Amino acid sequence: MTTTQDPWETLQATALLGTDRRPLPAAALPLAESVDRSDPATALLELAALATVRRRAGALPVTAAEPPGPPAPEDARPELPATAARRLAVLLAGRSNGGGNLANLTELLPQWLATARARGFRPPPALVPALLDAARARSELRPDGVALAGPLGRWLAGQNPDWRYVLRTSAPGAPEQPTDDHLWHEGLFAERVTHLTLLRRRDPAAGLALLRSTWPTERAEDRLLFLDALQDGLSPADEPFLEAALGDRGKNVRATAAELLSTLPGSALARRMAARATAAVRLAQPGTHLLVTPPAECDAAMQRDGIPLKSPTGRGERAWWFGEVIAAAPLSLWPETTGLTPEDLLALRVGDSIDETSSSWADDLREAWARAAVRQQDADWARALLGPAPVAPVRGAGRTRAPRVTGAPAKLLSVLPPAERAAWTAAFIEVHGLGEAFQLLGACGTPWTPPLSTAVVAALARAAASGAYPWSHSGVLGMTERALAPETAGAVEALAAEAAPDSAWSETFARLAGTLRFREAMLAELEC
Amino acid sequence: MEERWSTEHVLSLAPDAASQKAAGTFSTPAPWSAAGTDGVAVWGECRGSGSTPYRTVVELATPAYQCTCPSRKFPCKHALGLLLLWSGTPEAVPAAEPADWAADWLSARRERAPEAAAESPVQADPAAARRRAEQRGARVAAGAAELRLRLADRIRHGLADRSAAGPWEEVAARMVDAQAPGLAARVRELDGLPQDRLLEEYAMLHLLATAATRIDELPAALAATVRTRVGYTTDAAEVLAGPTVRDRWQVLGSRDTADDRLTTRRVWLRGAKTGRPALLLAFGRPGRAPDLAVPTGHLLEAELAFHPGARPLRAALGTRYGAPEPGPAAAPEGLTVAEAAAGYGTAVADDPWLDAWPTVLAGVVPVRTPDGWQLTDGHHTVPVRSSAVPEAALWRLAAVSTGRPLTVFGEYGHQGFAPVTAWAGDHRPIGLTTV
Repeated sequence: MTTTQDPWETLQATALLGTDRRPLPAAALPLAESVDRSDPATALLELAALATVRRRAGALPVTAAEPPGPPAPEDARPELPATAARRLAVLLAGRSNGGGNLANLTELLPQWLATARARGFRPPPALVPALLDAARARSELRPDGVALAGPLGRWLAGQNPDWRYVLRTSAPGAPEQPTDDHLWHEGLFAERVTHLTLLRRRDPAAGLALLRSTWPTERAEDRLLFLDALQDGLSPADEPFLEAALGDRGKNVRATAAELLSTLPGSALARRMAARATAAVRLAQPGTHLLVTPPAECDAAMQRDGIPLKSPTGRGERAWWFGEVIAAAPLSLWPETTGLTPEDLLALRVGDSIDETSSSWADDLREAWARAAVRQQDADWARALLGPAPVAPVRGAGRTRAPRVTGAPAKLLSVLPPAERAAWTAAFIEVHGLGEAFQLLGACGTPWTPPLSTAVVAALARAAASGAYPWSHSGVLGMTERALAPETAGAVEALAAEAAPDSAWSETFARLAGTLRFREAMLAELEC
Repeated sequence: MEERWSTEHVLSLAPDAASQKAAGTFSTPAPWSAAGTDGVAVWGECRGSGSTPYRTVVELATPAYQCTCPSRKFPCKHALGLLLLWSGTPEAVPAAEPADWAADWLSARRERAPEAAAESPVQADPAAARRRAEQRGARVAAGAAELRLRLADRIRHGLADRSAAGPWEEVAARMVDAQAPGLAARVRELDGLPQDRLLEEYAMLHLLATAATRIDELPAALAATVRTRVGYTTDAAEVLAGPTVRDRWQVLGSRDTADDRLTTRRVWLRGAKTGRPALLLAFGRPGRAPDLAVPTGHLLEAELAFHPGARPLRAALGTRYGAPEPGPAAAPEGLTVAEAAAGYGTAVADDPWLDAWPTVLAGVVPVRTPDGWQLTDGHHTVPVRSSAVPEAALWRLAAVSTGRPLTVFGEYGHQGFAPVTAWAGDHRPIGLTTV
């Protein structure tokens, strides 16, 4: 057995085994000779106390090994006004539950973040970790949270695995831009996606070239996400590459390539789809109805263009192929070949070769056009498909309306300019009330325009007067807290005053008014 | 005119997290009417669900709260909300003369205060008191002697064999019976220690128990230290009856720790004139915030009376001269890591049981390493005592530093440095453990 020089280690070794088994070591300590050694255990404790105090009192600081890494890049944006910074602290602290006479504060955080980001402020550094935590927990906060956290947020995320998502969230206009491609060749997957996305935004051709350079060696699931990155700055220049990707080994890669190509109106895929579509739908003479001839098979060429053989929801094969073809064909095709406007086309009866007046294909055609309008962001078609509010969104569809069709109006609405969306929805609510307006309201930009806000408040007032319970509108009410124009606060306060005291509606309206005032104050703080 | 408090400071007054959240909902002008402040107090009427509004007053210097709401929490969400409103939306709480109801409460409070101060501890029969003190001294000495035997037994047997002896809990109970709660607390911690720290803690406990058996032979200051560590308490009034130090005390930081029964708030001060460090302790039952609140960075002109000891630090707050004022817009002067190590070493030489000493480090950068967080000033590093600081606080520190040197106040000790407050480029104090 070796005896070490360090007196502490000899004491420790003896203490572990016990003084019954090992003799008391001759500890080389100053003052050690003054310890009474008549009882070895007591003596050991006293020597250890001597050594401990000596060590603590005489401890020398550790020499710095290596310099810390580079600091966070400077953030040139002005810091938030003090009152707004305090509001942010309150909003972040009130994460899980509001209760009482105000909306859940978590509902207001997204709006606060978006506004602060738009105003170009930077948050106080001390709040950045809480901001990153909040955006980690709620992915809908990420774009604004990450942009607001700025270079400090990225610097922190580089050190904390919990905030790794920040590096994957691209922030448009962020000062840091990819400068060289070593990240592409050496980075982690998330870093590579970010790098490609940033490069693509700045220089789409360079992004494509970079992706081409390594494409054959990428794994299928990676190829899928890299392909997604091409959405930014998509142009005819990308077409040859995407055409080639239609022959990819990965099924999802092929589908994504087809989806991207179908949004390029002049692409060869669009032309092929147009040919298929024209074969499937023709204008019957003398121009009173449309005749549908669905594809009889899904040949190899159609499959290569992204049309799956089977419907994932088990629809009939021919109806499924038909819908896929129409949804992927350029909408400009129809006015060009028929000389009719979208409104005219939608007004036509739809039949097939067996029964020219049967409307069995009308739903399929309309639904496919609606998908095309959303995919191609075609406002004219979306407007025509929606029809003038408050007319029921699907005309001539008979009494049975498939659920997938009723989901479409909100999507079609999102293609329209914000003011038109709001006006349409306001008109809809005036006729139909709030019962079916949830998704439509969700498609409207926040905060709602004053006319839309007024329509919602009026509908709530009618609901209250009709004896309905507020909780039957809880979905819309929750949205209202976030989205109602603050200018409506007065009207809501008036409703609160009119409602029966201590009733559910008076509480609901009082809470709503309180929230509007809070948002008013919150947004005013970000004005300076 | 008093500077308005920060959100962090207001929220630090909240008795619990739920109150913090509820307070946020009262922090807008909407529910308030007739709100005002005269620099001494803030008041306002808050509309609730009932027909009459609640009346809320906060006297800022103490601070003290009054609200007509039925809440059992203290301060209630209305008082906290009012403070948030006052701090965040000044125009909603304009300067004014106190409303009648607020003025009534404030003047009633002012009249009560001197009476409370004038109350002197009841003079007990001195002979009986001496007899009780002798009895306790004998019990403590007997308990300490027993503890010495137990510790030595374990050393004889060997620390490696932890199963051989029963848990220390039973010995801790004996120490409580011996009226030595300080020894009991230290004994209780032994069961949870890793093996490589056992001998150190046994040795320091042995040293304390040995000192406790012969308190009368020790120098007065060291005897006072031993008494405190064994668990004798000193009444604040008794301390205040002795000498006091008047200074403008700068608040360097504060930290709350809570268990089931009690919230303990530590507030560290440094005398602007004397440079002396001081520690104030305040306690709160669950649902009540500790009654002491002075914002970090502020200066409080007051008399402090230090508890006796070989290394005096804990103090009782005596007469105050005015409300806390905003302190200098600069970081306090600080030490290098090497100077801080030397400072702690000197303190340990006075009080061997001292785990840490309040210290301001200047020009340090927080760094996260595979071995944990460190603070480095370029020449030396000190590990962060992460067990004493929540991880979130360390990320906050890193964020505030942005990777650049800053000034940090905290406790420097043999287990590392526990940061409490940071001052970055803009020289505003940032509490690391609040919010």
